[in-house]
Parts: sequence; C-alpha cells; structure tokens
Amino acid sequence: MKKVGKAVFASVSVCSMMGLLVGCGSTATTVSSNASNSTAVSTSAKTQLTLWSVDSGVAEKADQKLVSEYNSANPNAPITAEFFESTPYLQKLQIAMGAGQAASIFMNWGGGRLETFVTPGKVVNLTSQLNGDPAWKDKFLPSVMKSVTFNGQVYGVPFGNMQPVNFFYNKALFKKYNLTPPQTWNQLLSDIQIFKSHGIIPISLGGKDNWPDLMYFEYLVERIGGRQPYEEVAAGKPNSWDNPVILKALQDMKLLVKDGAFEPGFSSVGSNDGSDAALFYSGKAAMWLMGSWGYGSIMTSDSSFIPKLGYFAFPQVTGGKGNPTDVAGNPSDFYSIPTSATPAQQKAAINFLKNYNLDSKNVQNLLSIGYVPAIQGIESQLKQSNEANYEMFYYNLAKNASYFQQSWDTALPAAEGNQLDTDLGKFMIGQLSTSQFVSNMDSYLNK
Amino acid sequence: MLGSRMNWQRWTMMLPAILFFAVFALLPMIVAVYYSGLNWDGVSKATWVGLYNWTHAFVSGQAVHSLLLTLELMALCWILQNPISLVLGVFIAGKQRHRVVYGVIYFVPLLFSAVAIGITWSYILDPEFGLIDSLLQAVGIGNGTENWLGNPSLAMFVVACIIAWQFIPFNSLLYQSGAKQIPASLYEAAMLDGAGPLRSFFHVTLPQLKYTIITTTVLILTGTLTYFDLIYVVTNGGPGDSTEVLAMDMYKEAFTNLNIGAGSVIAVILAAAGLLLSILILKFTGFNRMESQMEGL
Repeated sequence: MKKVGKAVFASVSVCSMMGLLVGCGSTATTVSSNASNSTAVSTSAKTQLTLWSVDSGVAEKADQKLVSEYNSANPNAPITAEFFESTPYLQKLQIAMGAGQAASIFMNWGGGRLETFVTPGKVVNLTSQLNGDPAWKDKFLPSVMKSVTFNGQVYGVPFGNMQPVNFFYNKALFKKYNLTPPQTWNQLLSDIQIFKSHGIIPISLGGKDNWPDLMYFEYLVERIGGRQPYEEVAAGKPNSWDNPVILKALQDMKLLVKDGAFEPGFSSVGSNDGSDAALFYSGKAAMWLMGSWGYGSIMTSDSSFIPKLGYFAFPQVTGGKGNPTDVAGNPSDFYSIPTSATPAQQKAAINFLKNYNLDSKNVQNLLSIGYVPAIQGIESQLKQSNEANYEMFYYNLAKNASYFQQSWDTALPAAEGNQLDTDLGKFMIGQLSTSQFVSNMDSYLNK
Repeated sequence: MLGSRMNWQRWTMMLPAILFFAVFALLPMIVAVYYSGLNWDGVSKATWVGLYNWTHAFVSGQAVHSLLLTLELMALCWILQNPISLVLGVFIAGKQRHRVVYGVIYFVPLLFSAVAIGITWSYILDPEFGLIDSLLQAVGIGNGTENWLGNPSLAMFVVACIIAWQFIPFNSLLYQSGAKQIPASLYEAAMLDGAGPLRSFFHVTLPQLKYTIITTTVLILTGTLTYFDLIYVVTNGGPGDSTEVLAMDMYKEAFTNLNIGAGSVIAVILAAAGLLLSILILKFTGFNRMESQMEGL
C-alpha cells in the first residue's frame, strides 16, 4: 500500500504538470463545442462587438478615433477594439477561428491564410452586400480586392493602408558620403561597401521575426525571374521550390549576410518590437527595407527624423526578367467577419464596414499619418496631405505596378507560409543549406 | 468494520483531487495521443494519418534535436543553479547580523514574472543598445557588439544564465531553510574534533542537506523540462532553432506551423520524458525511502 501510494504521488505530481502543458494544445477543441452556446448567451438587447487589429502607435489611434465615432452613433451595438502584436496575433486568430471565438470584426491580409478560414465556411461572404451597394463596391482599388476574392466571392474589405515594401534611407548619411539611392542591385552592393568602410551599418534588418527576411527573398525572386516562380509554387507544382531563380535569390541573400550588409546580431533584432526601426532612425543604419507602415512607426517613435527620411523602390537586378515597377508586400489590411458572429453582430459589423470604415474623416486621419488606403480617386486629397511626398510615392508605386506580389507568407496557405518564414530565418544564419531549404519547402507542395 | 469505514472516508477525501487529475491531466494526455494521429490545422476538417506524424518527427530529426537541446538546457540549469544556490543559501542561513537583509535582496528576482524578466534581459543583452555590451566595452573587453542572443552557439548558455538569475533565489531559500534545520550540536562536535569552517561545511552541512539537494534537483530538472515562457520572450526558439527546446517546438509546431498533430507528438514525448525522469530520480536518489540523516540526535 505504501509503495503504491508513493508511485501514485510521483506520477500525479509529474503528470499534472505535463497535463497542464498538453492541455494548452487541446483547448481549441474543448472550447469549440461551447462556441454556439456562449454567443447565444451574449445576445441581449445590446449587441457587443469586438474588433481585432495589429495596428500600433499612430495607426492604432486612428482606428480608435474611427471606432469611437462609430460607437457614439451606434450606442446599441458598440465596438471594443483590441490590438495585438502581429506574430502572436496570427496564432491567436487561428485558434479563435477554429474555436468559433474570433472577434466580430477581425483584421487579416487576405490571401491563402484567409482562404484557410474561407474553405471550411468560417468567414462571412460579403459579395451580395457589396453588389447591393455599388458605391461601396466601387470604392476600392480592384487590384487589391484580388486578395480577398476566392472563386468570385468576396470575403473582406480593405482598411488602413496599402503596404508595398520599399527601401527607406537616411538622406543625411547618403549626402555625407555623396551617394544617391541605388537603382540596381550592384549599385546597392557597392553602397553597402561604402557604408561599411565608414563603420555605419548599411541595412537594418529585424531578423528575429523572420518575416523581414522574406521581403528580400520575394523581391529578389521577382526581380530575377518575374512572377512565374511564385505562380508555380502557389499552384502547388511538384518541386517548384527547386527553381534556379529561387536558388539565385537565396545566394544573393547569403551574399548580403557575408558582405556584412546587416547589423551584427540581426538574428536577435526584432521588427515587431521596433528594434530594427530604432537602428535606422537613430542614425546607426543607413537603409531599411520595410512595408509602408514603417513610415508610421518612425513617426510614432521619432518624428524629428522625418525630414531626413528618404525612400526608393527595390532596385532592379541587371539581366533579370522582372519588371522594375512591380512591387511586393501586403496589398492592404482587410477586415472580415466570422460566421461565428451572431446575426445581430454581423449586421452591426457590416454597418461599420460600409458606413464608417474609410469614410472621408477616417481617410483624412489616415493620410495625416502617412497611410494611404486602397481606395479610388484620392489623388487630390493626397496632394494636400502633410505627408504628401511619401504618400504619393507609394500610392503610385502600388497603382503603377504591373504586378503586386502579395507577401508569400500570407499569400500561400498558412502552414507553408509560416514554414517559409522560419526556414528563411534559419537559412540567414546558416542553419539550413540552400538544398535543405528547397527540399523542406518542396515537401509542402504535395500536401 | 472501522478499517473499511476509514477506507471509504479516504476515497471520499481523495475524490476531488482524483477528479481534478483525471479531467486536467489524464484526459488531455489521452486526447493528445489521439491528436498525434491527425493531420489538422485547428480550423479545417481533420484527417486521420496514423503514425505519419510520429515517423516524420523522427525522420526529419526535429524531435531528436529538440530533445537534445532540452537535455542540454537541463544540464546547464543544474550546473549553473545548484552550486550557487547552495553557497548563497548556507551563507544567508548564518546567524551573523544583516544576513537576512541579503536574503531579502536575493529574493527580489523571484517576484517578477518571466515575461518581465525576459523583456528586461533582452534589452540588457541587445547587441546595439544593450547595457552589457556597453559595460564590457567601457572596461575594454570586446568591441561592444557581441550578439548574445543572436549567436547560435551562445544563445542557449545565455538563456540558461537568465533562468538561473530567476530561480537561484528560490533554490537558495530552500537551502537556507535546510541549513537552519541542522542542529548546532553537530557543528560543536565537529569543532571539538578539530574541523575548520571548510571541513564542517563539507562534512556536516553538505551531508545534512542531501535531501534539499535532491529536492532542488527534482525541481530544476522537471521545471526545465517544460520551461517555455522566458525562452518564448527572449529568443522565441531562435536564432534559427538553437533554443527550440521541446516545449517551444511543441508550441511552434501546433500553433505557428498549424500542425496540431505534430505538436501533439512532441507533447506526448514530453509527458513520457517527464514520467521517466521522475521515476529515475525517485529510484536512484532514495528520496522515496525518506531515510533520516540524524539518527541518535
């Protein structure tokens, strides 16, 4: 008896600890069975809505303004906005969608990741609503709507800004060493050497978060081989990662690391937490490849840097097939509504998306922080904005692009996209060889 | 008659604990075993793939890699924490003035959450703006750009140091209370036999603290096996997968790569490893025999 008691005690103490951990993994399903009950309970005379977004700083403030404006006009269906860091948000959203607990309005980037939710019927189809109100439907840039359209049905509407990726540079540092923004990849490489020889970090990279590595990858692939390599991967063509263009892009990235283009320790510098931006606006680094939201984060952190802030499109690769006007990045942020929301919540959410999101006041607020939304006919408003220079630059960048390459990690199915980010991170610090990278990624094509 | 009633009462008293254990420990473990045979992303329809996740985990080498990293971290944590805790604990157990004050100061890190500690240390260790690099440079060591958390060969050791900083206070507390229990008569006897402070430490204090050492060892090893939060904040398993211990790997497989099946495989491995570890410790340390070290006192 005594011996048994001790064995039980030992296994109880260890197992309860294990069980807690394992328990984390299973919350998703245990909650899902209750989802319908809990939403039913919350339906009362007053409909409560939540909104999830990854905006921060000045962008978060603009969102809050919009929400409070909506709330004062709709006291019976108020929205509570919650803001998250982007990487944890992706995980939170995935679990919440599976459990039927997602916010009544959730932000996303469209593409394959949204499609993962659309296929099992977790996202509200907005097509008939949009078709019923042509003014609403025609407000947005058609090229951007591609990201939320699956089989001709629309599952989200743009908000916030378009997010093409471009290089930001420190004008003062470029002037000091008599440099002009590089037009070609080779010019960029020689500028890197010049900054390095003067003890300045050529390019700031938030390698801890992995996705900043992807910006180099997707632009290099596009500049070297056009859009074909991506299209083959997206179509799931067997062995399509084993493409000479992709191999060349990886080699070029490796070369940047070898040449010391990035700060020492880029693999522990974050982008979600603003460390890469800090290197750049503090004058330690000369260049920064980032999405257009980078402008807003610099405004939030150090607006005195804005006069020194320059920008140029990703350089072209000599002899490459890609069109130098093509851009990569996130076409836009989008709001979607989950089918787990109650009919009353869905109705209120559509009211918010149709009549408040990107209304004239919201657009004005966005323009004042350097955010250009993906809507038609705002050139005249753009020109009057305080941040007109950068806004015109990237509005035209996005509008004139013959091809807008959506970030591979949001465009591809979620698992493949996440693996790509992780593997690029490993590749950059030499933990994966080119061939390991390729065979890893190829294994996702057969799934 | 009396005996059987006692038995009935015992079972009733144990019922809440057994229920709790079944619902929160046994059930999730069984469910995890079931999940480990699924190809499921948490949202779409799950398909049964049998042992595919298991073979894949070992063929790809990821699970073995994480297991080795976990063992490395366990060893590092024990080596870093135990000797320092022992010395500190015995020191603050002394009767000299103000030693309790030290105890209070040492205790402070234990009051912070792992996330706060993680964020603070990642600022301190930042290669561009960090305190450590600036201090080292000021005294002429290094060029001030050592990449503590971004260097694949350093990261695990640095993480173990931060964990040590967090948990040494707790272990010291155990040693302090252990050392205070040692009867003064033992030291007097040792002194009469001509033992100096060093000898009485090794021949009186250390043997008397045997079970405290076992307790801290069990706590450090089992605690490290499932350690997650600080690593998540400080390195997120990186650079690359240099600090991707089992718990981290489980989380990433399940919630980042959206492969609940593969994550469950690691969860099951983790549970099995924990069980094995506790059985081994109990068997080899004689902890369950509870022998006395103070016969005749």
